[in-house]
Amino acid sequence: MADDTLFSEVLDPANRADPYPIYARLRENPVSPQRDGSIVVSTHAAIRSLIFDPRLSSEDLPPSHRPRTGNLLKDWLLNPIKDRIATAHRPLIFRDPPDHDILRSVVMREFTVARVQALKQRVVRDVDTLIDACRGRDEVCLVEDLSYPLPVAVICDMLGVPEADEPQFQIWATQLATALEPDARHDQASRHRTVAAFDAISGYMRALIREKRRHPASDMLSALAAPGPRGQAVMGDFDLISTAILLLVAGHETTVNLITNGMLTLLRHPLELDRLRADPERAPRVIEELLRYEPPVHFRTRKALGAIEIAGHTIRKGAPVILLFAAANRDPVRFVDPDRFDPDREDIQHFGFGGGLHYCMGAPLARIEAEIALVALCRRLVAPRLMVDPPPYRPGASLRGPERLGIGINGIAAHPT
Amino acid sequence: MSAAADVGIVVVGASLAGLRGAEALRRNGYAGRLTLIGDEPHRPYDRPPLSKHVLSGELAPDSTELPLLVTLDADWRLGHAAVGLDRVARNIRLADGAVLAYEKLLIATGAQARPWPAASGGALANIFTLRGRDDAARLRAALARGPRRVLIVGAGLIGCEAASCCRALGLPVTLVDPNPTPLARSLGTWIGGVIAECLKDSGVAFHPGAQVLRFEGDASGRVVRADLADGRTIEADLVIVALGATRATDWLRDAGLMADAGGVTCDGACRAVASDGTATGDIYAAGDVARWPIALYGGRLFSVEHWGNAVAQGAHAARNMLAPADDQHSYDHLPAFWSSQFGINIKAVGLSEGADSVAIVQGSRASRRFLAVYGRAGRSIAAVSFDQARWLPAYAEAIMAGSPYPPIREASDQGLFVTTAPGFPPPRPAHRSDEARHG
Amino acid sequence: MTHSTETVSSRTTPLRVVVDLNRCQGYAQCCYAAPGAFEVRGHEILFYDPAPPRARRGEIERAVQACPVCAISLQADSGETP
Repeated sequence: MADDTLFSEVLDPANRADPYPIYARLRENPVSPQRDGSIVVSTHAAIRSLIFDPRLSSEDLPPSHRPRTGNLLKDWLLNPIKDRIATAHRPLIFRDPPDHDILRSVVMREFTVARVQALKQRVVRDVDTLIDACRGRDEVCLVEDLSYPLPVAVICDMLGVPEADEPQFQIWATQLATALEPDARHDQASRHRTVAAFDAISGYMRALIREKRRHPASDMLSALAAPGPRGQAVMGDFDLISTAILLLVAGHETTVNLITNGMLTLLRHPLELDRLRADPERAPRVIEELLRYEPPVHFRTRKALGAIEIAGHTIRKGAPVILLFAAANRDPVRFVDPDRFDPDREDIQHFGFGGGLHYCMGAPLARIEAEIALVALCRRLVAPRLMVDPPPYRPGASLRGPERLGIGINGIAAHPT
Repeated sequence: MSAAADVGIVVVGASLAGLRGAEALRRNGYAGRLTLIGDEPHRPYDRPPLSKHVLSGELAPDSTELPLLVTLDADWRLGHAAVGLDRVARNIRLADGAVLAYEKLLIATGAQARPWPAASGGALANIFTLRGRDDAARLRAALARGPRRVLIVGAGLIGCEAASCCRALGLPVTLVDPNPTPLARSLGTWIGGVIAECLKDSGVAFHPGAQVLRFEGDASGRVVRADLADGRTIEADLVIVALGATRATDWLRDAGLMADAGGVTCDGACRAVASDGTATGDIYAAGDVARWPIALYGGRLFSVEHWGNAVAQGAHAARNMLAPADDQHSYDHLPAFWSSQFGINIKAVGLSEGADSVAIVQGSRASRRFLAVYGRAGRSIAAVSFDQARWLPAYAEAIMAGSPYPPIREASDQGLFVTTAPGFPPPRPAHRSDEARHG
Repeated sequence: MTHSTETVSSRTTPLRVVVDLNRCQGYAQCCYAAPGAFEVRGHEILFYDPAPPRARRGEIERAVQACPVCAISLQADSGETP
């Protein structure tokens, strides 16, 4: 008899530091119905099949203002905050084709190779500055010293948000990211804060867009807000604002986790840390393996628009479907010795950035930030060691990562030439 | 094993299937002698870019050499065509008279472009076919000289890709095909109609339902015009004949194998079948040249002239060559191909031949961004995507599973489900009808 | 007459790359990793240089690693020349 409460164990903060044994139990039933009616999918083959299935919708669940049921998952799925965000502003991660494809192609047209390349130098500079600031200390607090400030600065730069407003953005982004989490600690006060953050950032974006139209610059928001060939903006303000907010939130928390989980993993595998320090050319392999081994996003939810037969199971129409990417990444059927961190694997076909048409738009930027940050940390932190293992985690089960990561050091090496 | 060390495995055909087959032999632990024979002097090269970026001049003809993915440690006999096979003596005769013994043999000689008959003007200058690297180099050079009008005969995938390139180069193009639309044989006229619109938009003069009878030349022997069956003539100083390919099996004429211009017949495990109908134990075939029963399509014999088949079948045959007779895996491959033309990425899975219905299941025909599924007797047998590749794997899975038609309902971006006749032309004469061709 | 087995890794010979375009779904990660060698045209047509210069090796390896569907193959350095 399959355990139909395993996913609530995944959500339980007590299991945040190591959810992988629960994932292994979930994988025993690739498609696991939970008591609340949702379906958890956890094997590589089943997820690979579902991410390409047009019957799985990303359109958010219909609005509902039902009271909390006491069931963690159900409450999350019916979360009124999410309703509000989903109905008032539906960013493209909560949309299906053709709307999704149209919005996405507009964004991707501006998410150019040149724009991403141009940010590289800024990332290098920021990482150096942030590490330099730790000189004279015997401990680096990775999250607040580097993982947190770096991505927000980068995404603000790309979007064209004035540097002076970055701290405010950081606060909004953090609060908005909680809307994605099915977490019991979403108390009433937090919900209100999310609504307030949402209203505030929307107002801010509306004003900023107006400003960009008046004084266009080379940034992405200026480009997206610019009039198209027929004189009208390619995107309406409604979509433009939600897209800008999406880029900010999605491009933020996830990268924080990638960098922090990355350093945590390397510190737990000192041999790999040494190898990366000696040979920065290993970084691409290290990053891909990190995306498999400790992905920044553990799961995403979809909804079945029709009945789907998969792995000997029928997902009924209307069921919420949880794609447990992080479990698929450790599927022993797909990966040899999946619980071993091994950047030299032959092929690392992971779901660290999801897959299918919702594949992470910011993936190239995340790779660049993680690579530059991790290589610099390995090369510049002298004798780095974990202060607490496991570290304390933030509450999120999906956007999972350490809240703090203390790294003891014997100093900061000069910037390697 | 000493026999293997002395004689070893011979792969005839040094293109994609032969190369990937040879690599798979090594990957599966074969350490004996390995010989690769190729009739062209070139190292194995990739063909799909030839009709696209090589014609357009963006890639040099010799730039598409294939990467070797494992160390082959092989004897390469390039520029030596195999001309005969003696199954009893177990040897291969090369054009230069050399005789090579084999212990096991992989036939991967591919196909050759169907030429225009010399009697109808095929020997005139400036008439080209497009199959190999040298063909592409010659054609590219001729296009670069700026012909007044290019005539392309055959609106299959190669013909359409060539038309797309020529228009991108700014050359006036006329395209002639006996069918009502381009790609009629591979996709049917209903979907082919989308490409017909693209031809029109890009300024290609498309003559459907037209048949070229002969080419005529000037005093210097250069082509100047084509005479059509309906009495019309088309002035053109450069002609591309894109009428598909025939399997390179001439060298097997006296080998006692079931082999003809339609391919080398194999059993489900890629073993060549002898004239008496029994599978040989030591001769395998893979790639364009192989014709094998596909269980998914009722065990009918098909040869599949696609890149993905060359890769998969080469590796599959190699695996079986090294396995004992009682451990031969059957080759269950879902055919798939891609093409890019007129700025559209076309990808297809399954074999559409014999389909009785087709319907758009994602997107819309009007947007030229869609996914269409083909059905036959209530079963889904093939799917094609136009700039909509992300959903294709779901439909490929459904086709592999033999799902009913249509396979996936209640999906996003699915308009009213309207099923239509796909509009396939009547089948060609016997041995040709079994080819899943580019076109 | 070509009839030899040798191992060559010349500095002047280009790299050898091939992409399985059946697998490719236009995620465009290669374009960011190796902008000079890969380019998406239109919605999802991948154009790539099958023979990029050797100096691009690092970028191409990044592209190989970044491809979500493992569609890119690059010849290992000690390639064999027939």
